[in-house]
Amino acid sequence: MSTAVSWLRRNLFSSWASGVATLAILYLAWALLLPFLDWAFVKAIWWAQDSKACRDLQGAGACWAFIAEKHRFIIFGTYPYEQHWRPGVASALLIALWCVSALRAFWRWWLSLVWVAGLALIATLMWGGVLGLTYVENERWGGLILTLLLATFGCAFAFPLAILLALGRRSQLPAVRAVCVGYIELVRGVPLISLLFMASVMLPLFLPEGLTIDKLLRAQIALILFAAAYLAEVIRGGLQAVSHHQYQAAEALGLGYWKRTLFVILPQALRFAIPPLVNTFIGLFKDTSLVVIIGLFDLLTSLKVSLQEPAWTGFGVEAYLFAAAVYFLFCWAMSLYSQGLERDLARGGAPRLLRET
Amino acid sequence: MKQLIPLAAGAALLCSGVAFAQGTLEAVQKKGFVQCGVNTGLAGFSQPDSKGVWKGLDVDVCRAIAAAVFGDANKVRYTPLTAQQRFTALQSGEVDVLARNTTWTVTRDTSLGLNFVGVNFYDGQGFMVPRKLNVKSAKQLNGATVCVQPGTTTELNLSDYFRANRMTFKPVVIEKLEEVTNAYFSGRCDVFTTDVSGLVSVRGSRAPKPDEHVILPEVISKEPLGPAVRHGDDKWFDIVKWSMYAMIEAEEMGLTSKTIDQAGSSKDPAVQRFIGASGDIGKMLGVDNKWAANIVKQVGNYGESFEANLKPLGFERGLNQLWTKGGILYAPPLR
Repeated sequence: MSTAVSWLRRNLFSSWASGVATLAILYLAWALLLPFLDWAFVKAIWWAQDSKACRDLQGAGACWAFIAEKHRFIIFGTYPYEQHWRPGVASALLIALWCVSALRAFWRWWLSLVWVAGLALIATLMWGGVLGLTYVENERWGGLILTLLLATFGCAFAFPLAILLALGRRSQLPAVRAVCVGYIELVRGVPLISLLFMASVMLPLFLPEGLTIDKLLRAQIALILFAAAYLAEVIRGGLQAVSHHQYQAAEALGLGYWKRTLFVILPQALRFAIPPLVNTFIGLFKDTSLVVIIGLFDLLTSLKVSLQEPAWTGFGVEAYLFAAAVYFLFCWAMSLYSQGLERDLARGGAPRLLRET
Repeated sequence: MKQLIPLAAGAALLCSGVAFAQGTLEAVQKKGFVQCGVNTGLAGFSQPDSKGVWKGLDVDVCRAIAAAVFGDANKVRYTPLTAQQRFTALQSGEVDVLARNTTWTVTRDTSLGLNFVGVNFYDGQGFMVPRKLNVKSAKQLNGATVCVQPGTTTELNLSDYFRANRMTFKPVVIEKLEEVTNAYFSGRCDVFTTDVSGLVSVRGSRAPKPDEHVILPEVISKEPLGPAVRHGDDKWFDIVKWSMYAMIEAEEMGLTSKTIDQAGSSKDPAVQRFIGASGDIGKMLGVDNKWAANIVKQVGNYGESFEANLKPLGFERGLNQLWTKGGILYAPPLR
């Protein structure tokens, strides 16, 4: 008991000012949280045949019935209704692949084979056309799986490209350096929206007749190119943090450029860069929602479209809270993982490294 | 971004000289479906329902084309397009037809390289006011506060109209539909202006009490919405045009999806021609002779499509009534 009191006194009421601040914040939390809980849970409608029951509430309670009615559309977009299990399984597979790759015990060469097999399976599920699955063109893909695919491929392809760009920017060869600097500055200098616009509005006009690149693919490429420019600068930051003694030591061992970079420099540089890397990945995950402007039905677009149906308009708060919860879940998982990874790596080699430098 | 669009259009025009060795009809028949550009979500015109199935008046145009070409209204793939993307998508061949509540103007018909096949919905800008203000005409709106969305022709039409009538107004400019309607219903403005179709659906779906708001009789702009195809493919242009007119003609003849199967016993030569029992209309278009019967059977006539998609939102037929019933919908004769 006394420990609790002393803890309170030490941490929350150490002086008059902090005591007042504590009380004020408690009051605010009380005053804001209570009506919210009342709205979101006590008075909320969880299930309804149509929106009439919700409208009768006049906003006094949340209308989660909207989510109940529209959840399949929000999560799966315009994918054929009877086939929703396919994007469902594909999403679960993709998340499982992420989880497996997050465990260091699985960081082996065969993990890349697992990914190839996993992605092939996902592609089969989504497209179909074999094994008795009906063919589903990718214009109909939508919802969560689209967000996950855009983010996954965005990260997966942007990352190696970014490493090359970062190395290129520090290269001794002036031409390579100029190209890399030019690319990074150009892409970083324009907003993602304009890149997506170029990919969706301008690019098709410059292609030869009869050749159209798929809308989804164009958006994906724009996302990759954009993310790569940002990641390249993050990785360059990591490269700069590696002591020049490491370069010299590696050279003294007689290692060539690629061996030196791959086995000595990059492992350290990437470790330094974990927090900003994850920062960029989280940003990219949320940036995928910008594909709304080119008419791709990602999670946020399908949510917006379901709000357009006259029967269910006006429940935007519920809808966006739902979207926020989904996005938060994924971003928070990434963030937690990166914290864990940092701790894990610090326990291993990092302290010794820091002593050296 | 706005500057990009004319630029893109110009680029498209440059390319269109070499374009399309193969006709659109042949290409469509070869791939087995009609690629149709629609709105990403506009209630009553094109909107996926809770099961992800596209519904609406514009969607029915796409379905009618598929019914005419393939005898199966479901052989359509939809490409949801934003306002900025829609013309490029058509110009570049990404879609075969654009049925996306697009206003027919001379600029679009010429310099953008489009051909509008006709009008499937006559719209125009109007005003909505609370009933308690007791306003009967837009001419009484001098000094009013008007809620309007920016960046559209709506804003320009509004100021033109007030200036032409020597009136003043205070604009409340809000971009998002959700917010601008909230502003109106909470009383921040006296008037809300957008296309009449928009006013009707906002009143039907968002107003706390729909009968407390009236839409004034003045319609201050012409917004004829219709499907469009690319310049330079007259055969495809004909098919899309007559698929749309077949729906209107069917309503005029009194043919519905329920009665079309019995139409074969009709003695009326016009009906006989329509269902392909006599004459070669289908062959002349390059499709099956039962094309029009398929459209009516699988999609319905224009009136049925209107009833199913727009009536529930509170739309009146108004201008979009047949010419025989006081509207201006008029299909040229199918003979």
